[in-house]
Amino acid sequence: METIADRATRVDHDQVTVYEQLTARGVSRRDFLKFCGWMSACMGLGADGIAQVVHALETKTRIPVVWMHFQECTCCSESFIRSSHPIVADILLDKISLDYTETLLAASGHQAEQCLQDTIRKYKGEYLLCIEGSVPLAEDGVYCCIGGKSAKDIVAEVAAGAKAIIAWGNCACSGCVQAAKPNPTAATPVHKVISGKPIINVQGCPPIAEVMAGVLVHLLTFDRIPQLDAQGRPKAFYSRRVHDTCYRRPNYDAGLFVESFDDDNARKGYCLYKMGCKGPTTYNSCGTIRWNGGVSFPIQSGHGCIGCSESNFWDNGPFYERLGNFPGFGIETTADKIGLAVGAATVAGAAAHAVLTNIRKHHEIGEQPGESAADAPPTPAIDPHNQGGNQS
Amino acid sequence: MNTPAPSSRPHTFQRIYVWELPVRFYHWLNALCILVLTVTGFLIANPPAINTAGEASFSYWFGWTRFIHFATAYVFVFNFAFRIYWGFVGNQYADWKNFLPLRLAQFREVRSVLRVDILQSLNRPLAAVGHNALAYLTYFVMFLVFLFQVASGFAMYANMSDAWFPHLFTWMLPLFGGDAGLRHWHHLATWFFVIFTVIHVYLVFYHDYVEGHGVLSSMAGGWKFLPKDGPGKGDGRSWFSGKPGPKA
Repeated sequence: METIADRATRVDHDQVTVYEQLTARGVSRRDFLKFCGWMSACMGLGADGIAQVVHALETKTRIPVVWMHFQECTCCSESFIRSSHPIVADILLDKISLDYTETLLAASGHQAEQCLQDTIRKYKGEYLLCIEGSVPLAEDGVYCCIGGKSAKDIVAEVAAGAKAIIAWGNCACSGCVQAAKPNPTAATPVHKVISGKPIINVQGCPPIAEVMAGVLVHLLTFDRIPQLDAQGRPKAFYSRRVHDTCYRRPNYDAGLFVESFDDDNARKGYCLYKMGCKGPTTYNSCGTIRWNGGVSFPIQSGHGCIGCSESNFWDNGPFYERLGNFPGFGIETTADKIGLAVGAATVAGAAAHAVLTNIRKHHEIGEQPGESAADAPPTPAIDPHNQGGNQS
Repeated sequence: MNTPAPSSRPHTFQRIYVWELPVRFYHWLNALCILVLTVTGFLIANPPAINTAGEASFSYWFGWTRFIHFATAYVFVFNFAFRIYWGFVGNQYADWKNFLPLRLAQFREVRSVLRVDILQSLNRPLAAVGHNALAYLTYFVMFLVFLFQVASGFAMYANMSDAWFPHLFTWMLPLFGGDAGLRHWHHLATWFFVIFTVIHVYLVFYHDYVEGHGVLSSMAGGWKFLPKDGPGKGDGRSWFSGKPGPKA
């Protein structure tokens, strides 16, 4: 029986390009070009960028991809394979060639592990490593084991020969819910476990399918890491806040806010800022690319953004409050509650101090010997004919 | 109670030009900036509820509130930068060295101020020509909060701006886990200014009330009025924080 590793080898020998494989599957030239144009638009490329994408897909052969799953829910994979564009799944799952992925692998057990070993040995230094999920480091990594090995050991082994690493989703980029306080398993994002390899953080819970595809197409087309922001996210998709691309933004600038989910303002589609929308502090493409083939995104459906493409979004306070709970002060303690309490204590302290001053320093306060009104020097008579003259 | 013997003769006062015009200008511009930034800041954090039949495009008040906040922040920054510069070229009371608690004498003075003015466990005349050491120390902490508010504020603002200045502070974002985390701390630090103002205004009144050296008006005209015979009426102790003036 032909294993996946064998198939990978065969395809590799054939040197079939992505375009050739697509046409063999019945994708028309027209659909292929449409896909290239659409991907270029998602990546924010200019008109000449389309030609580069087309050229790359026409000439380049497969990139070997190893796709690992650790502490996660597979929603990144779900998002990816449910991309509205059929070519995305085709191109990137079948054609770029996923050499190993637990979820979609035909092989199982020892066969699957063998497949992984074959791939990382054969394509050492060439394969692209995609990681979904965080790596638990507590108790020497026992909280996530695959095939008898801990995620911690697997990731170190697999990353060693990778050309580049894509961290899919919030789990792999910042730990997501399992890294929320108190983080019992010490769930750790990939960039804190692996060093010395280029890592692309494709944030979101899950990331938008088109964004995931765009990152892969970028790697295939330009053969280099896309421009990243300070948190390692591709700037093409994460340089703008959801807030800045939100169609409800004019309501924000006009100061028109939903006060509760069932009020008239909600019906009018006002800004969800006061309902705890995290759009103003969240960088993602939801407002432009949207979800499910551009049908909608959370805010369009009347719910605030929860900030899923940001680090620690589970710990950044309740989803439905503008001002989050303050870390270290217990539940339901906001910065305002702290400030008000300290402020009230300060006013009380100042008042008490004023009373104390009047008691303790009563000798210094008020009129002192020689300072009574009677001691004031007489007002000099004003001579209207000698104004400003020196009298002494 | 350790009460000083009432002097049989009234003090002769020396008028000392303590706060130069640039220092006073800085003070009041800074106070105005902090007031505007705090009010607009709290408005941005929790805008009032408005119900209107009007279209969003008719109104821009929240946009203006934010604009005023950002524009004032720039004024605040450059005013603060100017004050740091003045710490190098201004008079001895404005000198930057007073703000850094590096000398033992400063800590001794802090202890005296705490005992005489704050806890009032010791009653003896004590007054500084410039600020006292505790005040200088407090302003040093305040300057650190200034720096934090500037850095955190401009870090959050950077993504709305192409200007180079806000982008100097984007390193703050990963330190605080992104915009949302940084925003919390920016908001909490705002309360520092509210509380600082309460204490600051109270203590100015306190000093004027107890010492009668014109502290309150000194930030208007620049002058303080200090007895020529010293704080302890000839007991040999010198004025804190500098000499009583070149002519004394």
